[in-house]
Amino acid sequence: MSVEVRLPTLLRTHAGGAASVTAEGATVGDVFHDLTGRYPGLAGQVVDDDGTLHKFVNVYRNDDDIRYLDQLDTKLSDGDVVSILPAVAGG
Amino acid sequence: MARHESILGVIGDTPLVGVHALSPNPEVKIYAKLEGQNPGGSSKDRIALKMVELAERDGLLHPGDTILEPSSGNTGIGLAMIAGLRGYGLRVVMPENVSIERRQLLEIFGDDVTLSPGEEGSNGAIRLAEKLLADDPTLVMLFQYGNPANPLAHYEGTGPEILRDCPEIDVFVAGLGTSGTLMGAGRYLKEHKPDVQVVAVEPPSGELVQGLRNLDDGFVPPIFDAALLDRKMIVRPRESIEWLRRLLHDCGVFAGISSGAAIAGATKMAETMESGTVVALLPDAGWKYLSSGAWTDDLDVVEERATRINYW
Repeated sequence: MSVEVRLPTLLRTHAGGAASVTAEGATVGDVFHDLTGRYPGLAGQVVDDDGTLHKFVNVYRNDDDIRYLDQLDTKLSDGDVVSILPAVAGG
Repeated sequence: MARHESILGVIGDTPLVGVHALSPNPEVKIYAKLEGQNPGGSSKDRIALKMVELAERDGLLHPGDTILEPSSGNTGIGLAMIAGLRGYGLRVVMPENVSIERRQLLEIFGDDVTLSPGEEGSNGAIRLAEKLLADDPTLVMLFQYGNPANPLAHYEGTGPEILRDCPEIDVFVAGLGTSGTLMGAGRYLKEHKPDVQVVAVEPPSGELVQGLRNLDDGFVPPIFDAALLDRKMIVRPRESIEWLRRLLHDCGVFAGISSGAAIAGATKMAETMESGTVVALLPDAGWKYLSSGAWTDDLDVVEERATRINYW
C-alpha cells in the first residue's frame, strides 16, 4: 500500500522540511517502520521504545484517531492519508 | 420552571432540537443540544458554576479572592458572570487569536484579560497562567483541564438531561477541548445505557498550533480518560463551516463554529448506522463568530481565516 503521511511542523526537520511524505505499508506500524529507514529520527519521535504511540502524539487514518481503531495495527488502503499531530489543549 | 431569583438559576436544562434534515440517512434522527441557550452563552457556564461552588465548599475560594483561569473564551465568560455576582475578581489568560467578540464579552464584564501568544494555542495560555500563579500565589486557579468539577457538571447536568429528553439515544457526539463534556456526559450515558457510543470530534489543532518546540510540549488534559471514547475524529475548518451554514439554512439553528464540527461528526456516524438516534452537543451560539464572516463570506476566505483564529 502506498499512503501519504502528513507531518506536523515540528517533525518536518526530520524529513528534510517536507510537509508530507509517501510511504509503504499494510498497517500504520508498517508505515512508520518504512519511514525509519529513510528518515532516521522521525518514527522514534512518534513511537516510544516499547512500541506504543508517544503520549503527546495523535495519529489519524483519514482523520480517524487510530487509538480508537486498531492502534499501530490499523490497516491501510492505497491512497489513505496518515496524519501525525501533536496533542494540544482546547477550551 | 421559568422564574429564577438569580441569572445562575438559568444555567443548564438546555433544549434538544431535531435537525433531522441534516441526516444523510432518513432512518437516523439527529438532535442538537443547544448549549448556547445558557445565560453566559455556552456550555461552559455549567462548569464555571460547578468549579466555583466546589472551591467555595472546599474552602479554596474566599470573598475578595481573584480567580485566574486559562481559557480560549467561553469558560472565562461563564466565570465572569459568576465572579461578578459572588464578589470575586477574575483574570483570564487567553490566546491572542481568539475571536474579538470573546475578548469584548470579558471586557464588558470588567475583567482582566491577559493575552498569550497565538501560535502556542491553549497550551500557551495554560503555561502563562501557571507562571502567573507561581508569581502570585494569592490567585486561585480553578484549572478547567484538571478540575473534577468540570466533568462532574456534565455528569450531573448534561448527561441526565440528554437521557431524560432522548431515552432512545444511540450515539453521543461532542467536541473535545478540555474533554469535560465527553467525560462527564459520556460517563453518565454509558453507566445508564451501556450501548451508547461516545464520539469525540476535534479540530486539527495540532496543525494550527505552530509554536510547539517538541512533542513533549504537548498537552493531554488530566481529566481525560481515553477509555471512555468509542471513536475520535478530526473535523477540518471548511467542513465545520459548511455544516454551520446548513444548520442555519436548513434548520434555522444559529450556532458557533465548533457546533459545525459536532454536526459533521453526527452525520458521519449517521452514515454508518442502519437506524437510530444521534445527539450532538452544540457548545455555543453564533453571536461570538459574526466577525469571522462564517455565514456570509466566500468559503475559501472563511476557511483561511479559521486556520488563524482559535475557535475551539
